[in-house]
Amino acid sequence: MSTKVKKPLPVWADVALIPLINILLALFVAGLIVLAIGEDPFEALEILILGAFGYEESLGYTLYYTTNFIFTGLAVAVAFHASLFNIGGEGQAYIGGLGVGLILLALDGILPFWMLLPLAIMAAALFGTAWVAVPAYLQAYRGSHIVITTIMFNFIAYFLMNYLLVDVIKAPAQMSPESRVFADNAHMPFMHEILGWFGIETAATPLNGSLFWAVVCCIFVWIFIWRTRWGYMLRTVGQNESAAQYAGIDSRKIVMVALGISGALAGFVGMNEVMGVHHKVLLNFVAGYGFTGIAVSLMGRNHPVGIVLASLLFGILYQGGAELAFEIPAFSREFVVAIQGLIILFCGALTYMCKPWIEGLFYMLQSDPKPAEKEA
Amino acid sequence: MKAIKYAAGAAAVMFAVASAQAGDFKPAVVFDMGGKFDKSFNEGVYNGVERFKSEAGTKYREFEVTNETQREQAIRKMAQRGSNPVLGIGFAQGPAIEKVATEFPDTNFAIIDMVVDKPNVQSIVFKEHEGSFLVGVLAAMASKSGKVGFVGGMDIPLIRKFACGFAQGAKHANADVEVIQNMTGSTPSAWNDPGRGAELTKGQFDRGVDVVFAAAGGTGIGVYQAAADAGKYAIGVDSNQNHLHPGTMLTSMLKRVDVAAYNVFKSSSEGKFVPGMNVLGLAEGGVGWALDEHNEKLISAEMKAAVDQAEADIIAGKIVVQDYMSDNKCDY
Repeated sequence: MSTKVKKPLPVWADVALIPLINILLALFVAGLIVLAIGEDPFEALEILILGAFGYEESLGYTLYYTTNFIFTGLAVAVAFHASLFNIGGEGQAYIGGLGVGLILLALDGILPFWMLLPLAIMAAALFGTAWVAVPAYLQAYRGSHIVITTIMFNFIAYFLMNYLLVDVIKAPAQMSPESRVFADNAHMPFMHEILGWFGIETAATPLNGSLFWAVVCCIFVWIFIWRTRWGYMLRTVGQNESAAQYAGIDSRKIVMVALGISGALAGFVGMNEVMGVHHKVLLNFVAGYGFTGIAVSLMGRNHPVGIVLASLLFGILYQGGAELAFEIPAFSREFVVAIQGLIILFCGALTYMCKPWIEGLFYMLQSDPKPAEKEA
Repeated sequence: MKAIKYAAGAAAVMFAVASAQAGDFKPAVVFDMGGKFDKSFNEGVYNGVERFKSEAGTKYREFEVTNETQREQAIRKMAQRGSNPVLGIGFAQGPAIEKVATEFPDTNFAIIDMVVDKPNVQSIVFKEHEGSFLVGVLAAMASKSGKVGFVGGMDIPLIRKFACGFAQGAKHANADVEVIQNMTGSTPSAWNDPGRGAELTKGQFDRGVDVVFAAAGGTGIGVYQAAADAGKYAIGVDSNQNHLHPGTMLTSMLKRVDVAAYNVFKSSSEGKFVPGMNVLGLAEGGVGWALDEHNEKLISAEMKAAVDQAEADIIAGKIVVQDYMSDNKCDY
């Protein structure tokens, strides 16, 4: 009896129960704030959920946001497995979109869609990777911290895009700093168009074929991290760089590879936005998806399945939150951001706050049957 | 019994008719990313529609967008909910208004700062270059050093249009004047960075500037503060900001977005909504400069005469102010 040790939590409790409890806690605190501004929290929750799933159009928007979060979440996760914190997803996505835009602007009238698509995918990946290459090199070979360099590269990306859009790419004789709209054959088909080919009528939403590519990326990341030699080396470097070095792994090369793939994944946000939704290069289409990807990855425990679920949650928050601001005048958009912040706080920063209590609970539940056995 | 039932039924029908009539006019406004309290452009619209609300007692639907995709979503939702007219703010909402206006041909739309060529859209644009020209004249005349400054917000064509008009006005009043220009930044945060605005202004003062014009949204607050601290002149923008620092606010260049927004709701409520172009320049009173009790001591009779003359000449077509956005150039 006395030698009994505290067992670790079962896996399902760690990956499912704790995040769920965290979300409920966050919603509870958010509910208190809703009460404080004099609204009914249950009505707000209902609007949030219905606004995210209640009708065809809302579901499309939710999944459209989800697509972006999957890309940026995966990007953060791949780097995280090598113990690198890539917070430059914002800039990489922005430049990835630039790559897609340049390819499509150059070739949209010339090549058919089936040739443009792989080119656009490659351009997004290449530009995203290129944008992270300098910080990656500085991290691997010069020891500059990746957090600092990637966030600085975000700003360089903003300025570069602004210069390009205002002075170079902007279509002549128009107000907005935007490129011209791509020809029709360079549009990623919208989901309602794809479903239309099969005779299914749905509402028009920004959801487009990029969602399929996001699923492909999830599978790719899973295979890469857990089923390839490179993935093994990457995780080894992440766990213990000295040990990896001792085992003959060139950790500097691994840093470059991990960040390169991370940048490419972030770049696909640019594909979803530029090729899928807006059909032109424009300012600020990234809108914080890169930073939200950090929360998504943390919440998803850096695993593709978890990232898909966390992306869905943030998709719900984005779309349902907009719906809240629309339906209830007392809800400003800042309030919606506050709810998102609470979820990030509880699920990211305070991930393990409840863990000791849950462990204690499991411990109690486990030790209960023992006295009963004795009696028998 | 029957009679009572009948009366109740009739009352219900009448009530339904009455509520349908009251529901006919449901205005809506979609603010852009700056938010309705940006101390500038969106807030001007907010003031206009609030004035309408308090005068007419009609509530309006509103939404503040937070990302690119929400613009179209919000405008479409307004139209779906039967809002009419739907007012969009800022050039960035142009494509969204165009798309939704095609989908809802029976709904009226209006957009400020952009031209959307649809039969059910009113496009309201301002000749900011004309208003900027006038404050440029005042700046050059008030300057003792012969150097005037411009601090822009985000570096976009619209702000260059302000800068270009300002420079032309300054050169018009004094051909030898030197115009020093700075943009605060290239991201939307440049609209709300008073610290950087103050830094840029101090830098311009160090180079000899003694009158500075800010077209920078919330960033302008820092510009005006820096001017007040240094005892130099600053010029406000969009709304009348003379009251912020009486004594150092030379004037404000007015862009009456509040009036434009109010007029859209007002004319719609009277059933007099007119689609098409609505260009508001000096002649239409859509732009101008502010003269009130806070700055009347700063504007000499000579300055007032010169600026009135310039205004009359622009309206009469004797002075043509180069519009940066017509050809992306500022060669006057």
